[in-house]
Amino acid sequence: MSEKDVIICRCEDVTLQDLHDMMDQGYTSFEELKRLLRIGMGPCQSNTCGQLVQREISKYLKVKLEDVKTQKVRPLATGVKLNSICEGANNES
Amino acid sequence: MKANYVIIGAGISGCSIAYNLAIKGVKDIVVLEKAYLTSGSTGRCGAGIRQQWGTKMNCLLAKGSIEFFEKAKETLKYDGDIEFKQEGYLLVSTDEEEDHQFKKNVKLQNSLGIPARKINKKEAKQIVPHLNTDVITGAAFCPTDGHLNPFRMTDAYFKAAKRLGVKFYFNEEVTDIIIVNNKIEKVITANMEINSNNVVNAAGGYAKEIGDMAGVNIPVYAENHEILVTEPIEEVQRPMVMSFTKNIYCQQVPHGSFIMGRSNPEVEHNHSNESTWKFLDEMAKTVCEILPLVGNLRVIRQWGGSYTMSPDRQPIISDTNELEGFYLACGFSGHGFMFAPMTGLLLSEIILKEKSTIDISDLHLSRFKNKKDFIYEKSVV
Ligand SMILES: Cc1cc2nc3c(=O)[nH]c(=O)nc-3n(C[C@H](O)[C@H](O)[C@H](O)COP(=O)(O)OP(=O)(O)OC[C@H]3O[C@@H](n4cnc5c(N)ncnc54)[C@H](O)[C@@H]3O)c2cc1C
Repeated sequence: MSEKDVIICRCEDVTLQDLHDMMDQGYTSFEELKRLLRIGMGPCQSNTCGQLVQREISKYLKVKLEDVKTQKVRPLATGVKLNSICEGANNES
Repeated sequence: MKANYVIIGAGISGCSIAYNLAIKGVKDIVVLEKAYLTSGSTGRCGAGIRQQWGTKMNCLLAKGSIEFFEKAKETLKYDGDIEFKQEGYLLVSTDEEEDHQFKKNVKLQNSLGIPARKINKKEAKQIVPHLNTDVITGAAFCPTDGHLNPFRMTDAYFKAAKRLGVKFYFNEEVTDIIIVNNKIEKVITANMEINSNNVVNAAGGYAKEIGDMAGVNIPVYAENHEILVTEPIEEVQRPMVMSFTKNIYCQQVPHGSFIMGRSNPEVEHNHSNESTWKFLDEMAKTVCEILPLVGNLRVIRQWGGSYTMSPDRQPIISDTNELEGFYLACGFSGHGFMFAPMTGLLLSEIILKEKSTIDISDLHLSRFKNKKDFIYEKSVV
């Protein structure tokens, strides 16, 4: 299968080809790739693409998988509506 | 290694300065960045671009920069999309005093050629139909303000500078600056020693620490400002909506998601970038009141980044009387992204002893000497 038919990030529709093009330009850490391709910025927050990208970086840089720095994990763990947060906050106070 | 100029920091400021020097023919420029491109405040910012300021200086810095952004893709020959959106900023007022201030600001802005206008609630509602006008008294609107993708804009400067011969080193933290006989001799990182007589401090939240290495006191500090992003939807809000009294800015970016932030008056002075539940609570309450429709969206991520505060909340773009060859671009106090084109241009003029495009003697470091009481720029969140 051609690299441009392989989806790496479903939330932002990023293909393996996009990823490799960016790595060819010298961006080889998850944080850089995230900022330029939006991988890991979508609703799943890199729960899907995180490991796939890590493996691609490891292959590309020829370093061990465990030596590839993982992305920063931030809240929220899952999407929550602002209305619900607002209600929750008002109920507490 | 030897360099003519060493620039510390590869945020939007450092990249703009590198580009502006290189395009004027300066050779042997080295940029040292302790992490990666946009790893500092630049990659964490709201990336709003506005000319609606309360001081003449900020108005001029913003206006000159917008003129650059409008042509940036062509000027910098960037292959990507910088995602520049010019749909305006709607600043809402919540009492008579603020209305009055906005009127004054608009007058100043118009006198400088900025197309802002004071509008009433009804007109504001036409521009942003989901705005809750029960909680506002009026508004000001400038149609040419907007938003830019901060990663792409920095990447555009970075690539243009690289093509002009600037050398960038990432994961290289500057640990010391060696001064001999009151002259800069060397810049030290973990892996390199660079002989250079000129250093540009564009280290964002760490500008004070870099100043300390050079023995120059820079009275700035970093404080954490939090921000969040929602899931993307089709375009429903064209301009940025901002209220200084309600403490909120909220914009739908071209990608479709909403980003919003507010300040924490009790924030400590440090380098924290953490996210807190308190911010999430307060942010949700504020946005649900002022833009109720946005309450239906899911938050997908929150993060934090540094504002580098100066005593008068205006930037420091200057050389230093204390040390020859030491230049500063810092203390942007939460709005350095939108000023970056002017920052780079003006600092390159100082460095090359050229005539300044605008008079920026008020942005010199020396203004803080023996002075404690400052007039603040009030139009900030
Ligand atoms: C939440 C938030 C929202 C914001 N919203 C806006 C907005 O809407 N509009 C706007 O104009 N501005 C906004 N800002 C402010 C804006 O982000 C900054 O003013 C701007 O990015 C400053 O850019 P800089 O290049 O000067 O600093 P930075 O981007 O911080 O770059 C400095 C760089 O120096 C590096 N560095 C530090 N120390 C060393 C060292 N010892 N050796 C080597 N490198 C070092 C850092 O790693 C960093 O990459 C916002 C900021 C935050 C946090």
